[in-house]
Amino acid sequence: MNMTAQDDGYITADGRKIGPVMMEMKNITLRFGGVKAITDISFDIREGEIRAIIGPNGAGKSSMLNVISGFYVPQEGEVWYKGAKRPPMKPFQVARQGIARTFQNIALFEGMSVLDNVMTGRLNYMKTNMFQQGLWFGKAQREEVENRESVEKIIDFLEIQSIRKTPVSRLPYGLKKRVELARALAAEPTLLLLDEPMAGMNVEEKEDMSRFILDVNDEFGTTIALIEHDMGVVMDLSDRVVVMDYGKKIGDGSPDEVRNNQDVIDAYLGVAHD
Amino acid sequence: MPEQFYWGLEAAFNGLMTGVLYALVALGFVLIYKASGIFNYAQGVMALFAAMTLVGIMEGQVPFSHLINATFGTEVHHFGWHLPAVLGILLTVGVMILFAWVVQKVVFKHLIGQEPIILFMATIGLAYFMEGLGDLMWGSDIKTLKVGLPQGTNMWLDETTYRLFGYGFFINNLDIVATVIAIALVAALVMFSQYTKQGRAMRAVADDHQAALSVGINLNFIWVLVWSLAGFVALVAGVMWGASSGVQFSLSLIALKALPVLMLGGFTSIPGAIVGGLIIGVGEKLFEFIVGPMVGGATENWFAYVLALIFLVFRPQGLFGDKIIERV
Repeated sequence: MNMTAQDDGYITADGRKIGPVMMEMKNITLRFGGVKAITDISFDIREGEIRAIIGPNGAGKSSMLNVISGFYVPQEGEVWYKGAKRPPMKPFQVARQGIARTFQNIALFEGMSVLDNVMTGRLNYMKTNMFQQGLWFGKAQREEVENRESVEKIIDFLEIQSIRKTPVSRLPYGLKKRVELARALAAEPTLLLLDEPMAGMNVEEKEDMSRFILDVNDEFGTTIALIEHDMGVVMDLSDRVVVMDYGKKIGDGSPDEVRNNQDVIDAYLGVAHD
Repeated sequence: MPEQFYWGLEAAFNGLMTGVLYALVALGFVLIYKASGIFNYAQGVMALFAAMTLVGIMEGQVPFSHLINATFGTEVHHFGWHLPAVLGILLTVGVMILFAWVVQKVVFKHLIGQEPIILFMATIGLAYFMEGLGDLMWGSDIKTLKVGLPQGTNMWLDETTYRLFGYGFFINNLDIVATVIAIALVAALVMFSQYTKQGRAMRAVADDHQAALSVGINLNFIWVLVWSLAGFVALVAGVMWGASSGVQFSLSLIALKALPVLMLGGFTSIPGAIVGGLIIGVGEKLFEFIVGPMVGGATENWFAYVLALIFLVFRPQGLFGDKIIERV
């Protein structure tokens, strides 16, 4: 697969259409004091694809995701989104641009019900003012009903109807991960970032999650970038894979290309670094 | 019925009204604590400051007049206008919002993620700063607040109850108005936090900062909003207390009475603040009425704190607070 920044995409083996580049990271370097978390990494994400970032522990994968979602600001490099260079932004501004995310350690509103949690994903779709909303006035009421409908669709889609009213703090880990995904989806993101969506799950839960990720991509056409530890899962899910090790990019390409890349094999099987 | 019973009932009613005012102050605490985890020691001083500002604006006082006169040798004291109460209140709300913005920008923005005790210390500093600022801006003399609230005994209630029971109940008009306003305020706050976008965002921020950011909530904006709301509640409380007992420094001490209220009601519960305020208000008046004569009176000063202590022993999370569960 040979791709340049100008081309309009390609058709995958299973017939999904992948569009042009949506997000491009150019020579990103991120430091914490004297420690380099990311060193001069460039890669792109195309419209409609599932893009994985993999690598051993401490490779800088999560840092990369945090750069994309605006939680970290890189010292060097540029982030290009939808054909324009992105100025330095706060995470909430990035979110409002249509980039939703989940967290490795789950960041949910523990005190709220599942439904309320997912509804927060719709906050930026509410345009009526607070007086209308507080008094449940004409337009505000319609708006609330519309948002509620789209949230219910997502709840159905992720098969969490039975726990709609349950406070999140009472849910088991696997379901919390799913609620977090639901909240991210409620924002109807153009780019969905998943930080280790399957970490700590059993085989059955992993299979469920993989299915949901594929379905989201397929039905909503959402572009997905995900970080994952489990090589097997990643290879099945993703269209293209970036491999990181010690903050550097050591491989980038289709799952097959990456699997046969000597550097990647070394990183995963462990070879002395010189 | 014996006279004693009516006296007791009257004391309880009056306690209910005082309780409403306690609840108002406690409400300001709960709002900020819920949304930012900051225990705002300055809430009482904010009430004082708001009331002083309202009087100053309505009377057309020149802010910082002493300072200006001392520095430039001028003699300015008054702008020479008298504003109607409504306009004065609107302008004061504006001042409280500006204050909220400055506090967030200058102080708390830099303390994000710090230990609660550090945030608490910052609010103590803020309290003393505001106290000084208030004196400097508006002078430290006792002011009377005239916003046109009715004062004195409610004659209608007095006469009606006299006809019905043969005993006229003495209830202050101001207390009745305060109760009505407090109920309206609480209803508005509940509607705001349950049904509006900003209210939802506020609850989200209170729960988890990272998650709130990831769904596109501007944390700074929400915190300014919360401090503005607390400032508004402080203004209402300041107006009520100021109208009944004059705007003076002791007003900021009512904040201390809000502490036992919060221990009773729980620091995170809006209904708790209200019920706690009422229990303490009624409790201290009744206790004074029944036990006061036996121990020589002045029980109102300590009753609330003793009650809070008892609660701390048996139900540390308060009546409505979140349950404290330790997993072992």
